[in-house]
Amino acid sequence: MSEILLKATALEKRYGGLKAVSGVSVDVHRDEVHAVIGPNGAGKSTLINLLSGDVAPTSGAMMMGERDITHLSPNLRALAGVGRSYQKTTIFRDSTVFENVRLAAQAHGGSPLRMVGTAERDGNVNARAAAAVEEAGLSHRSGTVAKFMSHGEQRQLEIAMVLATEPRVILLDEPLAGMGHAEAQRMIALIGRLKDGRGVLIVEHDMDAVFALADRLTVMVDGRPIASGSPEHVRNLPAVRAAYLGHDDEIEAGAAA
Amino acid sequence: MKRLSKIPSAGLIAAVLAVAVALPFVVSGYYVQFASKAMLVGMLALSLNLVVGYGGLVSLCHAAFFGFGGYMLAFMTPEDGGASLWLSLPTALLVVAAVALVIGALSLRTRGIYFIMVTLAFGEMLFYLFHDTKIAGGSDGMYIYFKPELVVGGRNLLDLESARTFYFVALALLAGAAVLVKELVGSPFGRALAAARDNERRALSLGFPVFRVRLTAFVVSGVIAGMAGFFSASQFGFVAPQMLGWHLSATILVMVVLGGMGSIIGPVVGAFALIGLEEVLKTSFEHWKLIKGLVIIALVFLLPGGLRQLATLLMPERVDASATPAKPRSDEAPANV
Repeated sequence: MSEILLKATALEKRYGGLKAVSGVSVDVHRDEVHAVIGPNGAGKSTLINLLSGDVAPTSGAMMMGERDITHLSPNLRALAGVGRSYQKTTIFRDSTVFENVRLAAQAHGGSPLRMVGTAERDGNVNARAAAAVEEAGLSHRSGTVAKFMSHGEQRQLEIAMVLATEPRVILLDEPLAGMGHAEAQRMIALIGRLKDGRGVLIVEHDMDAVFALADRLTVMVDGRPIASGSPEHVRNLPAVRAAYLGHDDEIEAGAAA
Repeated sequence: MKRLSKIPSAGLIAAVLAVAVALPFVVSGYYVQFASKAMLVGMLALSLNLVVGYGGLVSLCHAAFFGFGGYMLAFMTPEDGGASLWLSLPTALLVVAAVALVIGALSLRTRGIYFIMVTLAFGEMLFYLFHDTKIAGGSDGMYIYFKPELVVGGRNLLDLESARTFYFVALALLAGAAVLVKELVGSPFGRALAAARDNERRALSLGFPVFRVRLTAFVVSGVIAGMAGFFSASQFGFVAPQMLGWHLSATILVMVVLGGMGSIIGPVVGAFALIGLEEVLKTSFEHWKLIKGLVIIALVFLLPGGLRQLATLLMPERVDASATPAKPRSDEAPANV
């Protein structure tokens, strides 16, 4: 089995009496896309927020390799190698593509908060930003102000920003939401390349994409994982079919894809 | 970031500086003093803009740092002569930095309207500390009978009694503060500050220590304000609790908004405009404050981008995106929890 990069054990998040997430243990391996699926309200986004540190767990533990990251704030987790995208595109809309990505690279450079000299002076940061822009397929848009791009390109930009932070694990919260077919195909191809040398955990409703991308699949229902394993294995489990009652077509469609 | 102000042409800067240098040799002593006062208030507005314009944090206790700087000079001026600048200025700035650090560390844990309220509360606390206790003359304030001195080898190098000398000190302070803020805003630190303003969640998830960045900006801004207060107190030879009250804090905020948050010099222009407007109205009308209010309302409606927008209207070729007013920070809640 490949190296385990991120490992979460028995995560639980309670909001008052409501258990948004309970008893969730997931891990993300190197060179792997781990997809988390489940009906709305299953706790998938909460899981991502727990892993990224945006939400503090009620109990449970998270490890990056040998390092306990359970109590690290989001910015320290980012420095520890956890990068994420948001369900709602979260970019600096008034800045250019390059400035967005440069900022991300700056956060992980040698002197992220230097107070003298212009920000553009740091050649190392610029180079890493340019590499991330290229990897996300946005080189031709480098000088474009983010808000003037299409939704799909903005999501690509978000991926470029995550890449510039040089993450070992990438968390993607519904990266295909709101995309047209052509845009989605481009994004699927991009995500497929992201796992090279890294680990990817993706939450996604588009079953075609999930079955095209996932090396491993975890199914969540009502805040709990009910199944985990290879896509072929999970797809045929009766419990999963029951949970997806009414969504059977989606799984079949995904299987056929 | 969009609020990177377009660098005014070197020619314009040179022209403004030339006029500024020539001014005290042309106009009467009254206007030299008036211009000195305006430059120090301009420096105060400029410092607030680091927090409000570039940090997206609307602080209502900025006068407290200004006032503290002034009171520190009053405390350190002996009965029989001027305070030593070598000692009093660094001490005053250190104390102001400490006050800003404490206020910032507590208030920056809140967001939006709560930040405004908490800073307002701190400002009021400090106001009443000086107003209602006898530590500094209570509501009467304190006189500073002697100007601070810069003594080297037994000679005072800086005669602040001279209105002209004081004018050049104020000019140098303002220019220095402008260069400092410009440098900060364009640096990686400034980019991180602006990123936190535009999207705090994203700035955090990229790995920026948002709280520490904001606190640093808050303290730097406070220290610049304290410096302006120190020299303001020196100019008038007097400190009073009004110097650190919320009324002044709000007035500076008006100057910042009036001048335009999108630039470094905008708030200075706003300060000059407001002080100049007061001066003109005061001599012409009995109910000048009423008219001042109307003029401000009219300006805000006509020039939502601040006075700076006037320049882009007059010189359309210099139109740039940075003239748009800063938009409030959006704190997005985690979606689909």
